[in-house]
Amino acid sequence: MMQAIAASTALTPNLAPALELLAARKSFGAVAALRDARLHMLPGEVHALLGENGAGKSTIVKILAGVHAPDAGVLKVDGRAVSFKTPADARRAGIAVIYQEPTLFGALSITENIYMGRQLTDRFGRLQHRAMSAEVEKLLQRMGVSLDPARIVQGLSIADQQVVEIAKALSQQAHILIMDEPTAALSKLEVERLFAIVRRLREQGVALLFITHRLEEVFALTQRLTIMRDGAFVMTGLTAQMDAELIVRHMVGRDLGNYYPRPDTVPGAVALKVKGLSRRGVFKDISFEVRKGEIVALAGLVGAGRSEVARAIFGIDAADAGEVWINGLPLNLGHPGAAVDAGLALVPEDRRQQGLVMTASIARNATLTMIRRLSHCGFMRVADEMQTSAEWGKKLKLKAHDYGANVATLSGGNQQKVVLAKWLATGPSVLIIDEPTRGIDVGAKAEVYHTIAQLLEQGLAVLMISSELPEVLGMAHRVIVLNEGRIAAQLSRDQMNEETIMAAALGQEESVV
Amino acid sequence: MTMENILSLPVKPPQPAQSQRWLGWLLRHREASLSAVLLVIVLGTSLVHPNFLSAQSIKDIILNVSIIALLTVGLTVVMLMRHIDLSIGSTLGLSAFLVGDLFSRFPHVPVAAAIAIGVLIGLLAGAVNGLLVTWGRVPSLVATLSTLYIFRGIDYAWVGGREINATVLPENFAVLGSGSFLGLPYMAMIAFGLLLLLAYYLKNFRGGREFYAIGSNHEGARLAGINVAYREFSGFLLCGAIAGLAGVLWLARFGSVNASSGNGIELQVVAAAVVGSVSIAGGSGSVLGAALGALLLAVIASALVILHVSGFWQLAIQGALILLAITGDTLLSRMLARQTVRRNNHV
Repeated sequence: MMQAIAASTALTPNLAPALELLAARKSFGAVAALRDARLHMLPGEVHALLGENGAGKSTIVKILAGVHAPDAGVLKVDGRAVSFKTPADARRAGIAVIYQEPTLFGALSITENIYMGRQLTDRFGRLQHRAMSAEVEKLLQRMGVSLDPARIVQGLSIADQQVVEIAKALSQQAHILIMDEPTAALSKLEVERLFAIVRRLREQGVALLFITHRLEEVFALTQRLTIMRDGAFVMTGLTAQMDAELIVRHMVGRDLGNYYPRPDTVPGAVALKVKGLSRRGVFKDISFEVRKGEIVALAGLVGAGRSEVARAIFGIDAADAGEVWINGLPLNLGHPGAAVDAGLALVPEDRRQQGLVMTASIARNATLTMIRRLSHCGFMRVADEMQTSAEWGKKLKLKAHDYGANVATLSGGNQQKVVLAKWLATGPSVLIIDEPTRGIDVGAKAEVYHTIAQLLEQGLAVLMISSELPEVLGMAHRVIVLNEGRIAAQLSRDQMNEETIMAAALGQEESVV
Repeated sequence: MTMENILSLPVKPPQPAQSQRWLGWLLRHREASLSAVLLVIVLGTSLVHPNFLSAQSIKDIILNVSIIALLTVGLTVVMLMRHIDLSIGSTLGLSAFLVGDLFSRFPHVPVAAAIAIGVLIGLLAGAVNGLLVTWGRVPSLVATLSTLYIFRGIDYAWVGGREINATVLPENFAVLGSGSFLGLPYMAMIAFGLLLLLAYYLKNFRGGREFYAIGSNHEGARLAGINVAYREFSGFLLCGAIAGLAGVLWLARFGSVNASSGNGIELQVVAAAVVGSVSIAGGSGSVLGAALGALLLAVIASALVILHVSGFWQLAIQGALILLAITGDTLLSRMLARQTVRRNNHV
């Protein structure tokens, strides 16, 4: 029967689907993660799920895995409607999920990892160590990998950990296998080994959902694909009938709002110059310049190394090679203090974790970078804090009644302004801002954009890291696109559009300008 | 390249370096190194003072270590899940006094019933801790720190200024603390028996392995379909029950109990578990290692007394030992991790 399914491949339209998801919706608080998700998987096919960051792919995975329950919609496995309350329910229905980061038990052996939660026992409830170990040995042989079942998982490479995850799925007799960006952390050779295993499983009639940002993997491995955008289904089609351009257009095609000020300042002298910056295994040979009055956007997929480049420039992470100049003066890398003194400011991605002291007042947060300047013999005066922060609050149109109130009481947009105030107060000439509008509402976004535009007019140089393409297109003078730690393209304003940026971010060579 | 070819490609270098295998062995077999250290200390001390190995002194050490070892074994179960139970000293005190009080009011209570009541008190204390951690979602450090004070407070309120002394205890109960069979104290037999039972359970039963899984990867355990809250609750229940039993044994051994009995013992127990290579990060350790840790600390303490080392140095050496155990573990596993990463980068 296996052969029959394999021979018919995935493309027979009247083959009964292994899994169907219809009109699924899911909201987290006020945020709609999925508005209309659809998925149709056949036995014996590798099905790609594609979409930008935030398109809702991870939410679909979590629904199929039984981690989240959808607010509305139908999920069918083998034609029967199911509703999963726990991951164990999904597993019993024959669905196994391999997450981006393996969810293994480091201190336990491969065998124990594979059987955790459903170990073989004898009639006294005792574990049958030997039987399980023998089963795992057979399983690993079937997959064609040589790993010792008794080995502790801690210390295995990510690729081997994924092999363990797949073995776990197989031992559960899973016939639907979900793989969430399994290749993100693998070397070329490891990817090929994974593909070989995936193809072997497909021939055995398993339905596989494969999530990846690498289009060449989609073409190499999958038979059909489904594209999502902003939490909604866009299309499902045969991979063979698609090309990269078409896929990218479906992934990004949406209207641009016009609330971007699109600053028209004329760039002046070079303020930030980066040459040959490298950090082993993270990014390599990064060189670019940012001029006074210019916004340069650093675009790319999550994990392409954008934030890491910013951290290395600022000196939080060490760089293995490369040089940085600020206003023509070489910067002593690896010392954030020196970077601040040289006129560099970094507004981090994670406001709550890295940008603010959530338990302190607005005034205290806004003046945190000026402790030395504002203190008298080591003491801070509250009046000074209040006055300085009020000045900046007025400049940035901060909506706060009481600067002595806890910063956690502010909205996301206003919190972002406090972080901006904190860094602007140091009088920087270069501002690096990582995901400036993540998690803040549309109105507040526009205000943050106008604030940035204002700063440009005052001669600030801005390096903006952003995952939101409309934001990049609406704000930047130039965009640098990173792909897997390298500069894939540098696009000027008339060269950049959603397609060129996305294609470069996905590593499509021909579009590099 | 055909599929078979790709599958047979060595994705990793076949053999780990010699030094790494040696490190890995040391990490996995801490019981062996603990026993070796124990042997060296016992032999060294007895060379200087031959009566360190006298039957009486060995029996004293074993009696002293029994209660701590028992508590350590119970705490290990909780620590495996990356939790902590600081309230065991208070539970022990409460159980010891309540059972003693029971004897002073009803001298003819059967011994078995007294033990059962002690265990029941422990179960209750464990249930409170377990509910706070699983249902109340209070971090176990905070939850059991507060129950440490609460249980002790209940103890003080109940006891007032009273004191139980050995005269109210029936003969057949006191035997539990002082009697022995074929030279082996009953208390040691109870502790050792429970240790073996628990070791067998942790290794050979689904529930036992789930303690390890939860501490190793909490989210992963949930995804594997383990009922994490139930398992965590049962761990605190077990730890509490053992503390309750330890309270009964404490009463039998020392005879006199007041409101501050067992005060601060939880820190000795945590120290013993850590020295016995139970990881504070959860997921690894064994009850045998934990009991060896308790034994090692007890032997060192009495060796220092016999060698006339001043009290200050006794405490300092205990502290240094804990530090050594933790930093040693951290350094070893970090070296192991670094070597693994280096090998993977060569691929």
